[in-house]
Amino acid sequence: MKHDAIVIGAGHNGLANAAFLAKAGMKVLVLEKNPWIGGAAVSRELHEGWIYSNCSYVCSLLRPEIYRNLNLAKHGLQVIPYGGGVTFLRNGDIMGNYIDHDVKRREIARHSKRDADAYHRFSRDVTRQCRFIRDFLLRTPPDPTSFRPRDIYELLYTMKKFLNLGERTMYETIRFYSMSVGDYLDEYFESDMVKAHFSGSGIIGTALGVYSPGTAYVLLHHYMGDIDGSAGAWGFARGGMGSVSKALAGALQEHGGEIRTDAGVDRIIVNNGRVSGVALENGDEIHADIVVSNLDPKRTFLKLFDEKDLDPRMVERARNFKIRGSSGKLNIALDGAPDFPALGENNPLRVGDMHFVDSMERLERAFDDWKNGMWSRDPYVDCLIPTLTDPTMAPPGKHFMSCFVQYVPPKVKGKDWTDEDRDAFGKVVIDQIGRYSPNFKDLILHVEVRTPRELEAEVGLTEGNIFQGELTMDQLMFNRPFPGYAQYRGPMKGMYMCGSGTHPGGGVMAAPGANAAREILADMKRTNVVPETELDD
Amino acid sequence: MNQKEHFRKFVYQTAFDSRTSRLNQLKAVHRWKDYLVADAYEDVALEYFAMRNSTGVFDLCPMTKHKISGPDALDYLNRLLTRDVSKLKPARVSYCVWCDDDGQVIDDGTVFHMREGEYMLCSQERQLDWLSISALGFDVTIEEVTHDIAALAVQGPTSCAILRDMGLANIEKLKPFGITWFDFEGSELMVSRTGFTGDLGYEVWIEPAKAEALWDALFAAGRIRGIRAIGTHALEMTRIEAGFIQAGVDFLPADSAVRHGRTRSPFELGLSWLVDFKKPNFTGRQALLAEKERGSRFNLVKLDIEGNKPAKDAYIYNGKNKVVGTVTSAMWSPTAKANIALASLHAPWGKPGDDLYAEIYYQRELKWNRVKARATVVEGVFFDPERRKVTPARDY
Ligand SMILES: Cc1cc2nc3c(=O)[nH]c(=O)nc-3n(C[C@H](O)[C@H](O)[C@H](O)COP(=O)(O)OP(=O)(O)OC[C@H]3O[C@@H](n4cnc5c(N)ncnc54)[C@H](O)[C@@H]3O)c2cc1C
Repeated sequence: MKHDAIVIGAGHNGLANAAFLAKAGMKVLVLEKNPWIGGAAVSRELHEGWIYSNCSYVCSLLRPEIYRNLNLAKHGLQVIPYGGGVTFLRNGDIMGNYIDHDVKRREIARHSKRDADAYHRFSRDVTRQCRFIRDFLLRTPPDPTSFRPRDIYELLYTMKKFLNLGERTMYETIRFYSMSVGDYLDEYFESDMVKAHFSGSGIIGTALGVYSPGTAYVLLHHYMGDIDGSAGAWGFARGGMGSVSKALAGALQEHGGEIRTDAGVDRIIVNNGRVSGVALENGDEIHADIVVSNLDPKRTFLKLFDEKDLDPRMVERARNFKIRGSSGKLNIALDGAPDFPALGENNPLRVGDMHFVDSMERLERAFDDWKNGMWSRDPYVDCLIPTLTDPTMAPPGKHFMSCFVQYVPPKVKGKDWTDEDRDAFGKVVIDQIGRYSPNFKDLILHVEVRTPRELEAEVGLTEGNIFQGELTMDQLMFNRPFPGYAQYRGPMKGMYMCGSGTHPGGGVMAAPGANAAREILADMKRTNVVPETELDD
Repeated sequence: MNQKEHFRKFVYQTAFDSRTSRLNQLKAVHRWKDYLVADAYEDVALEYFAMRNSTGVFDLCPMTKHKISGPDALDYLNRLLTRDVSKLKPARVSYCVWCDDDGQVIDDGTVFHMREGEYMLCSQERQLDWLSISALGFDVTIEEVTHDIAALAVQGPTSCAILRDMGLANIEKLKPFGITWFDFEGSELMVSRTGFTGDLGYEVWIEPAKAEALWDALFAAGRIRGIRAIGTHALEMTRIEAGFIQAGVDFLPADSAVRHGRTRSPFELGLSWLVDFKKPNFTGRQALLAEKERGSRFNLVKLDIEGNKPAKDAYIYNGKNKVVGTVTSAMWSPTAKANIALASLHAPWGKPGDDLYAEIYYQRELKWNRVKARATVVEGVFFDPERRKVTPARDY
C-alpha cells in the first residue's frame, strides 16, 4: 500500500503530526523504533503493578486547542491539576508554594514580608510574557529575511503583538529573553530561599546555571502552559504521561492512520533532490512522497541522511546544534507514602513538587559539577509522587515517585557512562531525598535510574537533551532548529521536521507536530485542519 | 499555632469575629485578603437603610494599613502620592491616589496624618512591594500594621449620637476628615470622621485585644438609636451613591494589569483634583503632565439612567449606535430614587449633555429582556446629604 506520508518516530509530536495529516485525509504511516510508542511521553510498567511516567511526568504545555480538536478526552486523556510545590530548607523549615493565593503570600512572608507582596508583581510580569509567547505557539515563525507575502504578514503580526505590549513591557521583553533566571528573580525578591524556590523552572532540562543568561526564558517555558485556563498550572495525565501519546495514537487511528512499532528507520531515501521514502533497520524500504522526522535535528540530519545528500552548511549546522545533555531521572516504586517531617501532617504540598536545594549558591554549584563533567553532588531534584493524586499508577497504598534531576552530564569526565557511574548517581539522589524523609529508603522496592546514556539509547534524544535542543535565543523562534529552516521544511522537497527541535520547542506540547502538519497540508494544497490559538484579550 | 503551620488556616477571623459571626444569620461571607467578611448579615436592604437612616457598623479590619514614619516621612509621601501632603496637618485625613511611573493609578486610599510626622496609609490592595520600592533614598520606616489594628466603620445619621452616648465626649466637634483620640478601657481609641458612604460617619481604630469590648460598648450605646452590623453588599450601595470608586471594580490597579492599556490615570478616573503639579516631583508626574497636554483616553462618569433597570455591566452607546464605553458600577438608588451608574467612557465621551444610551439586559421570571435606556451624565454626587459636612454634627 502506498502512503501519502511517513512519520519517523512515534513521539507525541510525531503522533500529533500524523493525526492531523490523517484527519485531513492523508494516508499516514508512523514508524517507531521501540516496541512501544510515546518517546519521552510514555508510561511503562517496569515493576509489576507500577506504572512509571518514565521520562516526562507532568503536563501543562499540551495545547488545549489540540486536546480539543483531536478529541483527546474521548481517547482517554484526562489531565488533573496538582497543587503547589515546596523547597526543603537545611534548617528544617520549608518554603512552600501553596496553591491558595493568600496562604502562599503568608508563606513567602515568613521568609520576607516584602517578597510576599513582590510575588504579585512577579506573577504579573511573568503572565505578561506568557501572554505574548502563547499567541505564537500554534503559529509558524516568519522567516525574517524572506519577502514572501506570508512571511511579511507573520512579521507584521509579530510586530503588532509586540507593540501591543506597550512601551515598558516591550523593553522588559527584550531584556527578559537575554537574562538569567537569577538576575530576573533578583529584580523581585530579596530572600535567597524564595529565589531558590522559583529559579528551578529556569534550569530544568537546560545545560545552564541559574546565573547563565537565557535561563529566564526557560522559566517562562515552564509557566506558559495552563490547565483549563488556569495559567501556569501543572497536572498529571491520568495513567502517566503515556496517556497523552495513547490518546494521540487513538486520534490518529480514528482517522485511519497506521503505527508500526519495532520499526526503526535507518535512513531517509533521497532521489533526484527529493525524498522518496525510508529504509528500515531491517532493510525494508517504504515509499512516500512526504517524510516527516520526529527526531531531534542532530539525529535527523546526521543519522538518517547520507551527509553527501545534504548541503555542507546544513551538515555543519546540525553538528553545531546545541543539544547538551544535562538531566537525569529516577523512577521509584515505593511500598508506602514517605514521610516528610518538615511538612507536618497532611500538608497539601505533599502532592506537589518537592525540591531540596535551598539557595542560589547551591544551585550554581550544582551546575559547576556538570561543567566539570560530573553529576551534581548536591543536585536540583524535581520530585513528585503522582500516585497521591492518580489512583491508577500503583496498587492502593503504594506509590510511584518521579525524580527529575538536574544536572547530569552526557559523559562522565569525558568518558562514557558505566553502570557503576549510573548507580553512584542514583545514590546521590536517593541520599538527598533520604535526608528529608527518614523512612524513604526503607520503602524503596524498585528504582529505574536514567542518565543521558539511557535517555539517548531508548528515546533517541541526542545526549539525552529533554527538549531536543537547548531553549536559548539562538535556537528559538525563527532560529529553531536552524535559521532558514524554522518552517518545518527540510532541505529538500518532501522532507519535514515535527519534533521538539522545531518551534516552539520541547515539552509535551504537541505544537511542533501540529504546526508541521499545517505546513505540510499547505504544501499539499489541502484544507487546513490544525486549530488556531484561542486568543485571550 | 507554629508559624510554619499557618497553612492549616486559609482564612483569618477578624478581631470582631466573636460578635459578627453571632449576628451573621446568612453565613454569607467572602474573602477580603487574609480575612473572611460578611456579604450581608440578615438582609441587604435593612443594612443599607441602617446606614442611611440610623447607623450601620462595618468591620474594616482586613483593610491594608501601613504606618509610615521617620525623618523623611513627609517627603516620601509627597513623592508617592499625587496630592500635596505637606498641606495635611496632624490629626487630619485625606483621600489620595498613587501612580506608577506611567501615571497609572496603583490604588486609592486614605492617608492619616496622626501625630506630627506619623502617618498611616490605608488601601484596599496590598502595597508593601511598591511602598518599599518607592522608599529607596528616603529615611523612612514602613510598617505593615494590617493585623495590628482593629477597625470599624460607624456610618449613618445617628452615628455621632451613638459615639457620644458611648462616652466619646465632644465627638460632635470633630470635623470631616479630622482625627481625635480617646481613652477606651486603658487603650487608645482613635476616631476619624471618615467613611465610604458619603454620609455622616466615623471610623474607629483600636488594638485588637480591645475590639470585642469596643463592639459591645458601641452596640450597647446604639441600642436605642438603631444600630446594625452591615455587610459588604450594603456598603457597596452607599459607596456607589457617594460616587466613590473601587479598585478592581471601577479601575484595574496598575500593579495587577497584565494587558496593556487597561489601567487608568487619575484624570481618567475623574480625580484630577488629587493631582498637584505644583509639587516639583511625584511618581507619575511627567507622564501625567504629558497626558494633560495630549489629552486623556477615558473619562469616568456618573450616569443617571432612564427607567429602573440597573445597568450592571452594560455597554454604553453614543447616538450613532457606537460603543463608547462600559458601566463599571450600577444600582437602583433607594435614597436618590434614581437609576445610577459609574461608567468608563472613551474620550471625548462623557461630557454633560452627551447623547448616550445604556444597553441593559435584565431578567423577569427567567425571561431575558433588553432595553436601551438613555443615560445622562451627572456632575454632582447622586446623594450628598448636608449632615455629611455639618460640624458640630447633630443627632439627626
Ligand atoms: C526525563 C525527561 C523528563 C521530562 N519531563 C517533562 C515534563 O514533566 N513535562 C513536559 O512537558 N516535558 C517533559 N520533558 C520533555 C518532553 O517529554 C519532550 O520534549 C517531548 O516528549 C519530546 O517529544 P517529541 O515527540 O518531540 O520527541 P520524542 O519524544 O523524542 O520522540 C521521538 C520518537 O522517535 C523515536 N525514534 C528515534 N529514532 C528513531 C528511528 N531511527 N526510527 C524510528 N523511530 C525513532 C523515538 O523512540 C521516539 O519515540 C521531559 C523529557 C525527558 C527526557
